[in-house]
Parts: sequence; C-alpha cells; structure tokens
Amino acid sequence: MDFNFTEEQGMVRDGLSRLVREQYDWETRRKAIASGAGWRPEVWAQLAELGILGMPFSEADGGFGGGAVDAMVIMEEFGKGLVIEPFVPTVVCAGGFLKHAGTDAQKEEHIGGIVSGERVFAFAYAEPRGRFDYADLETTAKKDGAGYVLNGHKAVVIGAPWASHLVVTARTGGERRDRSGVSVFVVAKDTAGITTRDYVTVDGRRASEVYFENVAVGAEALIGAEGEGLALIELVTDEAIAALCAEACGAMKVAHAMTVEYSRQRKQFGVPIGSFQVLQHRMVDMYTAYEQAVSLTYLATLRLGSDEVERKKAVSAAKVGVGQAARLIGQEAVQIHGGNGVTDEYAIGHFFKRLTIFDSEFGNVDHHLKRHVALS
Amino acid sequence: MNLEFTPEEQAFRDEVRSFIAENYPAHLADFGMREDMSREDFLAWHKILGKKGWSVPAWPTEYGGTGWTPTQRYIWSEENARASTVMPLPFGVSMVGPVIYTFGNAEQKARHLPGIVSGEVWWCQGYSEPGAGSDLASLKTTAVRDGDHYVINGQKTWTTLAQHADWGFFLCRTDPTAKAQEGISFILVDMKSPGVEVKPIKLLDGGYEVNETWLTDVRVPVENLVGVENKGWTYAKFLLAHERSGIAGVARSKRGIEKLREIAANESLDGAPLIKDFDFARKVSQLEIDLAALEITELRTLAGEQAGKGPGPESSILKIKGTEIQQRLTELTLEAVGTYSAPYHGGVSNDNSNEHPVGPDYAQHAAATYFNMRKTSIYGGSNEIQRNIITKMILGL
Repeated sequence: MDFNFTEEQGMVRDGLSRLVREQYDWETRRKAIASGAGWRPEVWAQLAELGILGMPFSEADGGFGGGAVDAMVIMEEFGKGLVIEPFVPTVVCAGGFLKHAGTDAQKEEHIGGIVSGERVFAFAYAEPRGRFDYADLETTAKKDGAGYVLNGHKAVVIGAPWASHLVVTARTGGERRDRSGVSVFVVAKDTAGITTRDYVTVDGRRASEVYFENVAVGAEALIGAEGEGLALIELVTDEAIAALCAEACGAMKVAHAMTVEYSRQRKQFGVPIGSFQVLQHRMVDMYTAYEQAVSLTYLATLRLGSDEVERKKAVSAAKVGVGQAARLIGQEAVQIHGGNGVTDEYAIGHFFKRLTIFDSEFGNVDHHLKRHVALS
Repeated sequence: MNLEFTPEEQAFRDEVRSFIAENYPAHLADFGMREDMSREDFLAWHKILGKKGWSVPAWPTEYGGTGWTPTQRYIWSEENARASTVMPLPFGVSMVGPVIYTFGNAEQKARHLPGIVSGEVWWCQGYSEPGAGSDLASLKTTAVRDGDHYVINGQKTWTTLAQHADWGFFLCRTDPTAKAQEGISFILVDMKSPGVEVKPIKLLDGGYEVNETWLTDVRVPVENLVGVENKGWTYAKFLLAHERSGIAGVARSKRGIEKLREIAANESLDGAPLIKDFDFARKVSQLEIDLAALEITELRTLAGEQAGKGPGPESSILKIKGTEIQQRLTELTLEAVGTYSAPYHGGVSNDNSNEHPVGPDYAQHAAATYFNMRKTSIYGGSNEIQRNIITKMILGL
C-alpha cells in the first residue's frame, strides 16, 4: 500500500500550484472569462512549456511518460484555481484516443501539436437526446469510397470554440443505441460542412453546438476499428471522469477551506458564526464528504488500468461519491456564506457553479449508480 | 374534518379562473426570468387586480381587502400559480402595507395604502446590512433627530428590486445606547430623496435582483416614522412573520412539479422517457409527498388564522419546508435537463443573438433558477435562524 506521490509528481504539483497562484488569480480569471477569447492561450503555452500538456504521452510519442496519477495531480491543481483551459478535452480525451488506438501516422500527425500547445481539441460525443449514453447516436458516418461522410448535431461540446480539431463519435452501422456500429473520428474543425454555435457555459467555460452537414473525411480520420468504438469511448471517458473527479476534489478542498475561513471572520450575534455548533457539524460533514471523495478518486485513478468491470465499477463509484460530495459541499458553502454566497462577486459561488455542472459531465450520480448496480 | 372544497368555493375557483383567463396580459403569459422584466411588466397584473379590488386579498376590507376566507385566498394563489401569473410584489402588499394599517397613523394610512392597492407605488425593504444579515438586530444605520427631520446614514444590502422603487421602509437605530433590539425605529423613506444611492449586485444566475443601498445624510420628515420611536423591532418581527407565511410557495411548487413531469416525459433515458425511470420518478414522488405535507400544514395554519390566530412561529416551519422543496424542485429540474444544463443563457454567441438559444426551451433557465433559488434558505431569516426560532418559541429551550 502506498499513497505517496513520487518526487516528480511533487514537483509537477508545486510548479502548477505556483502557476495557478501567480498567473490565475481571481480577477485575471474573471477578466479572461469575460473577454472575447474566453480563455488564456498564454496560460496554455505556459502549460506546454511546463510539460503539462505532454504528461500522459509516452516518450516515444514525444511525451513525458506520465500516467493516471500524474493527470490526477494536475487536475486537482486546476480545480483549486477553477482553471478553464481545455486540458480534459485536448489531453485526456483526444490524447487518450490517440494513445490507445491511434495509428502511427495519427500519433505523428496530432500528438506533437498537443504537447507543444499548438493543437487544441474538443470531444464531440454528446447529443441533444443521448443523455449520457455514448451509443445513443443520431450522428452518422456513411462509408463513401475510402472515406466517410458525417451528418449530425453534437451538443454542449466543451472547449469547441477554442479547438482546432474535434474528436467525433458517430454511427457507422447498426441501430440507434446498439453497442456495435459506433466509430470515432478525428477531424479538423475547419473541414467543409462543419458549423458551430458558440456560447458561454454557466461555469465560465465555452462550448458549442456542432453541426455536421455532409462532412467528407478520409479513411485516416477513423480512430480504432470501424464499428468497435464503444469500448474505446468507455475507456477514454472513464479516464476523463477520473480526471474530472480530481478537479472536483481540488475545487471542493478550496470551497471548504474558504467556508471555514469565512465562518471564522463573519460575525453574527457578536460572535464568529463558526462558533455555532450547528455550522461546525455541517462543516465537519463537508470535510468528511471531501475526504471520502478523495479516496474514491484515488480508487478510480488507480483502477483505470484494471480489467473492464473493475475499472468501470471504481470509476462509477467515484462519479457517484464525488458527485454527491460536490452537491453537498457546493450547497453548504453557499448557505454558510449567506447572501454573499449567491453573489457573482464572491468566488465561492463560482466554485458552487463548477461543482454543479460537474455532475452532468459524462453521466450524473443516478447514471453511475445504475451502472454500478448493473456491474455488481 | 373535511378537505373537500364547498360548492361555493368551487364556484369561487371558477370565477377566479375565468377572470385570469380573460384579463391576464397575454404578453406576460408564462413569463420566465425576472431579470428580463421591466417595471411595467411587474406591475401590469397588479394594476389590473387593483381595479378589480383583488390586489390585496388579505387586507382588512376597509383598506381595500377582499374579505375572502383563508381558503378563498388559497384558491386564489393556486389559480395564479396554475396560470403562472406575475403576482404583485410582496414589499408593499405583504410587508409594509400590513405594518402601516396595523401600526401607522390615519395620515400614513391615507397617504400610503391606496398606492399599494392600485399598484402605482413600488416599495422596497431596507432591513439587512452588510454586517447584519440574519442577526438583524445588530444593524448600524442611524437616524438622528434634527428638528422636524430624521437624518439617516448607513448602508443596507439585499434591497430587492430597489432599482424600481419609489419608497422604502427602513429599520434605523434611533437610540444607540439602548440594547440591540430596543433602539430601532421603522421609517418610511422616499427613494428619490437626496443621499439615497442604489447599486445593483450581480448574482450567481447573472441577474440583478438585489441592490446595495447607501443612505448619506438623507433627511426624512418625522411624520414618516411608523408607530412609536424605538419600537421598530416589534413591527419588524410582525412583518417577518407575514413574510414567512407567503414564503412557502406551495401553489408555485405544485405547478413546478407539473412542469418537471412534462420535462421528464420529454427527456429520454435508455430509450424511454426519463419519467418512466424508477429512480427519477421516485425522487419526483418524494417531492410531491413532502409538498402535500407542506400544503396541509399551510392549510392548518390558515385555518388557525381564520380562527383569529396571527401568523406565529409556525410560519418558520412553512419557511423551512417550503424553501427546501423549492430548492429540491429546481435541483431535480436541473437534473432532468441533463446535458443542456451547461449553456449560459445570455452568453456570447458567434451568430445572430436573436436566434433561438441552444437546447430545449425548458432547459434554458434550469441552471440559473437552481443557482438563484439557493437564496431562499438564506433570506427572510436563514433556515438556521428559523430552527432557532422554533427551538425557542415552540420547544421552549
């Protein structure tokens, strides 16, 4: 049993922690979100420089040979600063597909650009009526000579406004919701026939509705075997979930600490509100939930390499436990902050909003509880 | 005991229903978010009701009330919720109005009540301060007597919709040497007085519903004092009890659950409607059950009022349960919309902003409403404070 981080992981954490503290203070974040671009490409470049964007790729592919634990360390720091840059879509998702199933040519084509920060990806998997089911696809990819023609509508594609490329899931065969017939493609966003509607998300990120209208792509766009994409999607999204859980843990840690600090400062009835037992117990419950969530995040992260059933159970357990903790901590943090908690000006509300949307990403508490039941 | 409505009450319901159908402004039908609303939007229905004599149903008839029984008032609010009407704001109708007709003098009644009844005058509430939220009695705003005037200085916060207000009712400290609760007065302030400054606070949902209000050397004639100097705490408590009884929001929550069921019937899960999913349906049912309990509790409180009991500490139960249900309802609605909970309504777009927002209509305000409704367990005396009230006033601990 060893829950220690390696020296390298400690260094990554320290470097990233410094970057977030120094370059990502609250006012700067607020301005970036309100800006036309909506993010900070210069931070992205710094992440590339620090080696963060190349972390999970093997040295042979031009990366730094890191693993899931490294991703966890990174995501926790991102969560502490509510970093909005698209690490999960680009590095964890697109990077994951390439790493697990990309051909040499695909790796050659894309990984260098990810590591250097020049290529940004978004993962277009959700559909308006799919509700967390990756196989519930109305987007189609029809065989056309050596290539494919894509048609469909992808919903709430996080980071798409910033992306140069998209990873897209589409049905190449079978019926809607069949487990076979699902394929994964990688396409440049400026490919003819792709249009987007860009917007802000409630937690300060950017997303798009992405429409494919007779988008012709070559055979080299297909990642993995045709029609066999679902297991791959499940693997990559499980990795993404573990990463998001780590992010949520970072955000919960800060939200809890801010709440405890606030309860020390804020006086009512002549005493700090933190001296009221009812609030003390609630902050204890928040803390307990946070610690449990961290444990489940460790479990999920460490089980990512296990066999499919063990991996899925651990990841679902984490999404359920972290989702419940995120809801509890977000709501209680706002409540204990009183009126200030519902204002746009106080940071705590923004932690609450990020922790809220976390639940709807890659399946909510109910969805993963059900997956856990089905696997048990 | 009998929960059935009498034929007279049924007839009353029909009358109310057809009145709403025939008179409610079409452009305000199913009006969504409050931040989109103008002063005129807020007041349109109020003014129509003022002419009909239905704008202040709970008031004594001599001041414009209807003389309806509590049951009739209940039917009235149910029918309005059913039609999703924009109801008269509580600041005049349920807060300052009852204080004025109960504790004010004849001149104050004559001057201020008609404007509330007609919907011509917009009131706001100046209770909370940055350092005094739920600990209301620690407020610092001062009113110092200077001849025929009070000179008011201080800062108020959470002044709901003060940006539209003509008048405000403020709690001010008139005796700084007295114990916390005993040196406070209830003073009416013309919001156009020099020295009154209102600054909007942006909230989590992106809207501007509340304000910070600064009062700098604001001169207010002494005739604007309601009741007796330094006895304002009594009136404030009276007002809060009234505020809390309206806060349960049973009829609105009922309508909200209907809407939630409609949404969940439209969303799909594993190829079937979400509402057919046992886990989700169970949560909706649990909410309905809790709401039914609250509804009967409120009816029992109303019956008590009918028998002559004023709203007492029982209203704290209505506040706690009512707001918890409202929050769970918005939470479940957020859950129901799933993926489309994320887009920010009003966010930047790369195309014509007049275009229809992304996702289904019902998804557009789900997150914003959920964020906004977190306020309900905080305002009007936080739910922790309500539990303290029950501890003291009912349990006697």
